[in-house]
Amino acid sequence: MSISGNEVRRPSRLFRNLSAKIASIPMILTALFVFLGGTLWTVLYSFTNSKLLPRLKFVGLDQYERLWSAPRWLTSIENLLVYGVLSLIFSLVIGFLLAALLDQKIRFEGVFRTIFLYPFALSFVVTGLTWQWILNPDFGVQRLVRNAGWESFTFNPLYDQRIVIYGILIAGLWQGTGLVMCLMLAGLRGIDEDIWKAARVDGIPMWKTYMFIVIPMMRPVFITTLVIIASGIVRLYDLVVAQTSGGPGGASEVPAKYVYDYMFLAQNLGQGFAASTMMLVTVAIVVVPWAYLEFGRRR
Amino acid sequence: MSNPGTLAAAVVGADAFRAPLEGPRGARPRRALSRRNIFLYGTLIVVALYYLVPLYVMIVTSLKGMPEIRLGNIFAPPVEITFEPWVKAWATACTGLNCDGLSRGFWNSVRITVPSVIFSIAVASVNGYALANWRFKGADTFFTILIVGAFIPYQVMIYPIVILLREIGLYGTLWGLIIVHSIFGMPILTLLFRNYFASVPEELFKAARVDGAGFWRIYFVIMLPMALPIFVVAIILQITGIWNDFLFGVIYTKPDTYPMTVQLNNIVNSVQGVKEYNVNMAATILTGLVPLIVYFVSGKLFVRGIAAGAVKG
Repeated sequence: MSISGNEVRRPSRLFRNLSAKIASIPMILTALFVFLGGTLWTVLYSFTNSKLLPRLKFVGLDQYERLWSAPRWLTSIENLLVYGVLSLIFSLVIGFLLAALLDQKIRFEGVFRTIFLYPFALSFVVTGLTWQWILNPDFGVQRLVRNAGWESFTFNPLYDQRIVIYGILIAGLWQGTGLVMCLMLAGLRGIDEDIWKAARVDGIPMWKTYMFIVIPMMRPVFITTLVIIASGIVRLYDLVVAQTSGGPGGASEVPAKYVYDYMFLAQNLGQGFAASTMMLVTVAIVVVPWAYLEFGRRR
Repeated sequence: MSNPGTLAAAVVGADAFRAPLEGPRGARPRRALSRRNIFLYGTLIVVALYYLVPLYVMIVTSLKGMPEIRLGNIFAPPVEITFEPWVKAWATACTGLNCDGLSRGFWNSVRITVPSVIFSIAVASVNGYALANWRFKGADTFFTILIVGAFIPYQVMIYPIVILLREIGLYGTLWGLIIVHSIFGMPILTLLFRNYFASVPEELFKAARVDGAGFWRIYFVIMLPMALPIFVVAIILQITGIWNDFLFGVIYTKPDTYPMTVQLNNIVNSVQGVKEYNVNMAATILTGLVPLIVYFVSGKLFVRGIAAGAVKG
């Protein structure tokens, strides 16, 4: 048996491939102590009543009860839901439509693509501040329309509690749809030319080809994009901080801001840990089914 | 759609199907002003304008004086061009007690970004190389944890990292932040490099092994020169990502070492004093300038970089 023969000649299992193991130490440390350890640590301490400093005094689900009865947290969750659902729908639809338009063998494709994607290179802080200025009620869009003659025109999302989240959505979409377009365009380019030819032969109109042939074929691209957008949405933080600082009157609070404020400003670590654990649960609800479908089957 | 006549004839027999398609290639030349083209380019141009307007407004506002801003509308081009807001944003704008402008944040960001990019890519490329060519037992387990970890919200891990950094005495220092950026850049970069090195023909690696080259020699002499394009992609990805970071900057640095994004936010959203919108916009453009330049210079590589973040292994 050649296999057992090899086994005998090996000097020691630990020292085999030693350089590779040494080179992997950063990865191993990160994986074990930050990603795995850090997550478990936070989840564990979310069951304690840590205030200024983390301490292991367990109080069961107290922090979670307090969390879910805090109006600010409920607003945050509601905002995240509204922002998340709308941002998913709009960025997928707009991203796909733009990609489909760019895929029509048009001229200056590179120019258009560059224009659609440049906001993605900008940070959320820059995006938020820019749109804060454009949506400024005294100088921005509202004033422009009023000056044009429509005196009663009101479009003031950043100072209106009911619609402030849509003001943030506008900025978020401006920044992020370019990425979706790029991913979709890559997906469209991956579709075999022959499919289009066959559809033409059968006389199927173009929109039907997209709806019933191309989009179903692009399922993996859609799902990957969905997961990327979704995991980005949960992290929504800088944009809100820059654009509204959570205002007016806390109407645009989001979970990530709740976590930061409780951990580093309000000195209430337990609440911060509980809130961040809930964020983790949210992501898990999105990612675990996807990972299971995507990678689970292959094994 | 292109030439229905030929195609209709082609349907006659399966064998004859191929031949007519080998004829003239591409779509039939169309008139430039067909209804389809007007709709297509019209939509694209309108959308492109929508995407460009914020940039235009930023630039225009930053070149106006405050009196002009109060009177006119934000879309009007400046009557009197002034560069004073830019000078003020760069050199004298105030955050709290410091009144030396954004220049401080800019140099902080440079001092954060440059070592972070180098360090994170050095670590991740060696890692990816080890994972692709020198698999050891358990390597895949750690790699899986790493990739799964990429989906965990940062908020879950920020406090444990605060404790870790405090333990090793790096909390609040530049090096602490560099380590944080390397940690969170690791999943995507490692994936990027692992996939690239895995696509290198194995014969090359084996030949080098037979010639007696070891782990580091193969990395530096064979793999590194071959992987230059992927290094460029990684550099683009990291420069824009780290420069644009806000969350880690605000948590792991002190006011004196705040990166540009954090300082920008403090300048614009500070409550005291009269709001100077032109200075704010100049500061905003200045902060966005580095990633924008990287974007416009790198072109397709930037797309490859962000697609690398999307395409799974």
